[in-house]
Amino acid sequence: MTGIEIYKYLPKTNCKKCGFPTCLAFAMKVAQKQAEISLCPELSPESRQFLEEASRPPIKLVSIGRDKKIETGNETVLFRHEKTFYHQPGLVIRIKDTESPGDAARRIREVSSYSVQRVGLDLTLDGFALDNESGNPASFLRLVETAVNNTDMPLVLMSPDTATMKLALDKTAQNRPLIYSATRDNWQDMAQLALDYHCPLAVSERESPGNLAELTERVIQMGVEDIITDPGADSFGNSVDLLTQLRRLAINKRCRPLGYPSITFPGDHASGPEDEALLAAQQIAKYAGIIVLDHFYPGIVYPLLTLRLNIYTDPQKPVKVAAGIYPINDPGNSDPLLVTTDFSLTYFSVAGEIQSCGFPSWLLICDTGGLSVLTAWAAGKFNAREIAKTAKQFGVNDYVNHNALVIPGYVAVIKGALEEEMAGWKILVGPREAMDIGNYLKRTWRENVL
Amino acid sequence: MTPLQIPVEKWAGKVTEVKLGGNGRKDITIGGENTLPFLHFEGTFPHQPALAIEIQDMEPDWPADLLLSWGDAVKDPGQWARKAAEYGADIVALRLRSAHPEVENSGAEKAKRTVASVLEAVDLPLIVLGPEVAEKDNEVLLAVSEIGRGQRLALGNCTDKNYRAIAASCLANEHVAIAKAPTDVNLSKQLNMLLHEAGLPMSSVLTDPTTGALGYGLEYTYSVVERLRLSCLSGDEMTSTPIICTVGEESWKQKESRSSQDIPESWGAQERRAIIWESITSAILATAGADIVVLRHPRSVELIKEMNGKWLSMT
Repeated sequence: MTGIEIYKYLPKTNCKKCGFPTCLAFAMKVAQKQAEISLCPELSPESRQFLEEASRPPIKLVSIGRDKKIETGNETVLFRHEKTFYHQPGLVIRIKDTESPGDAARRIREVSSYSVQRVGLDLTLDGFALDNESGNPASFLRLVETAVNNTDMPLVLMSPDTATMKLALDKTAQNRPLIYSATRDNWQDMAQLALDYHCPLAVSERESPGNLAELTERVIQMGVEDIITDPGADSFGNSVDLLTQLRRLAINKRCRPLGYPSITFPGDHASGPEDEALLAAQQIAKYAGIIVLDHFYPGIVYPLLTLRLNIYTDPQKPVKVAAGIYPINDPGNSDPLLVTTDFSLTYFSVAGEIQSCGFPSWLLICDTGGLSVLTAWAAGKFNAREIAKTAKQFGVNDYVNHNALVIPGYVAVIKGALEEEMAGWKILVGPREAMDIGNYLKRTWRENVL
Repeated sequence: MTPLQIPVEKWAGKVTEVKLGGNGRKDITIGGENTLPFLHFEGTFPHQPALAIEIQDMEPDWPADLLLSWGDAVKDPGQWARKAAEYGADIVALRLRSAHPEVENSGAEKAKRTVASVLEAVDLPLIVLGPEVAEKDNEVLLAVSEIGRGQRLALGNCTDKNYRAIAASCLANEHVAIAKAPTDVNLSKQLNMLLHEAGLPMSSVLTDPTTGALGYGLEYTYSVVERLRLSCLSGDEMTSTPIICTVGEESWKQKESRSSQDIPESWGAQERRAIIWESITSAILATAGADIVVLRHPRSVELIKEMNGKWLSMT
């Protein structure tokens, strides 16, 4: 809502009790989400209800788990370039109660301890979906117990049977598992369990988004607040269709019963772990809230976690890597030293080329606030003085013995000035484009240095 | 409760159809869709997304696993092209790597010979890519343009530095230009406008937005492709050209695809990781709007084919 639209509902008395000089000024702050509508003490109950409803996020933030949590939802756009995507979808591994308890325990421990480092972050999976595949309550409870004993990660409890679900909740409710799920056959009992145990509830209705909205509405009427929808997004044939429809209805149409994150099962019709991974990848981009994977292979999970990081990177912020000296391909002190900026795309292009040509090198990164080479140069953040300062700051003399520094071809004009700033150093002009670095290093660099 | 209306966008534009091949060769048409990728409920996809397999005019410096999947075929472009066809390529993408000044600096004659041998070996449509050095691209692509006349080869790269010559020869010899700009919606659009002014119709242009691999700038390419497609659908002809992404080339450059030794255990088995790296990059760019993906590993081709089959048949 705009400030003017909000203003229409305010008392227009300019009483200043909200802390702002006028009602209009207050309305503007509310529109910018810098003030809460509840600060106005003179608002009529009807206006208050309307404005609170209108300021509610189009997709509710739902949290699963207690100490370790999956927080999903609260998205505001269909395309990441419009603003950003906020809450990464939870990636959980499905364990079936038909597996032997020993295997289940081993897999749960393996997944719980899995972690991979990328750009200084520890990436991990987010939890487990425990599936009552056997239909047998005792096997399910044994699996639930195994999970409780072996992991502190969030759980999704999957059983169609409300009595079994109740028994499982007796063991796990304090950790707020997701109850999967309320269907047209059992929704009243499942919703009651969600209320009694204060746990989030998944609502499954795969016939159509319309039917899903109806069922969700019933569950909302019963008082359940934390909901995950299951529209049946389980194949390349329907996933983007369904999840786009739900996202559009929630964001553009403010359809409240569908304003919740969705759960997906990319493995249900997959021909194998790779096929499942590709659908999971697509669902990371469009528009899953929790993704249940049937397979756990580090060689597949690592690319998926990397993708999730990429897609959920805020496109409004320049993405930077830390300034410093990066060794690539295990360099020694007679190997080349190159310099470029800290814009992550620049860094990754240059580092990637050096990496792939196999030539051992040092890469010096200057802090330019995340700008590309030409932009940084134009802004005075990648000139002779700044590069010399960075070289000194990180002690380049300790890394190489040849006193030669390669600058990007695009800033060839600073060669002279940089030679003055870095007395005793030879400044070499490298290629303009990252893709020519490999050939430059292999063919041109050594003769230029000697 | 009133029945729920599924929101359907009424788009004003659609992707321009571009034909490759023909005049005695097998042909393929790219583009034509009038909605965002995968949205069955909103529009139509008259043509499948196309898969191109990359081959080179000399033995490539690829990682061992990838080389192994092609065997001795990599020693001969014709044989390699035939194998690519066997593995299900819709298009063969020939990279003239030896023409790079710092590789072999080979010239027009070798380029012509290689292209002729590939055209002879398979009847698939052909993409010919220069070494990505503007002057050298001009030299080899203009030479290549004279053979396979009328067979609508896609010639790349056409950049703001060399577009005039490439556009003229595409016009004269009935080929298609691959317009490449560095990951920027406006630069891609500008380049199309320049080509348009030079007389080349948009039905003879493919857009290469510059691909970033998974973990190495994929999110930039993803959003640029998505924005180009939204701009096209909103009715802008200058962004309506089909999009081609050189996925294999970018993906196989990265450490994650190359390294099998001295890597953390959490990276998992190398071959599986490398193939997934390439296929995820490909699947995600197709989800954003890529119409042609250029791949390297036969298993990635198989996976992407399976995915395309499933989404088009809605299974």
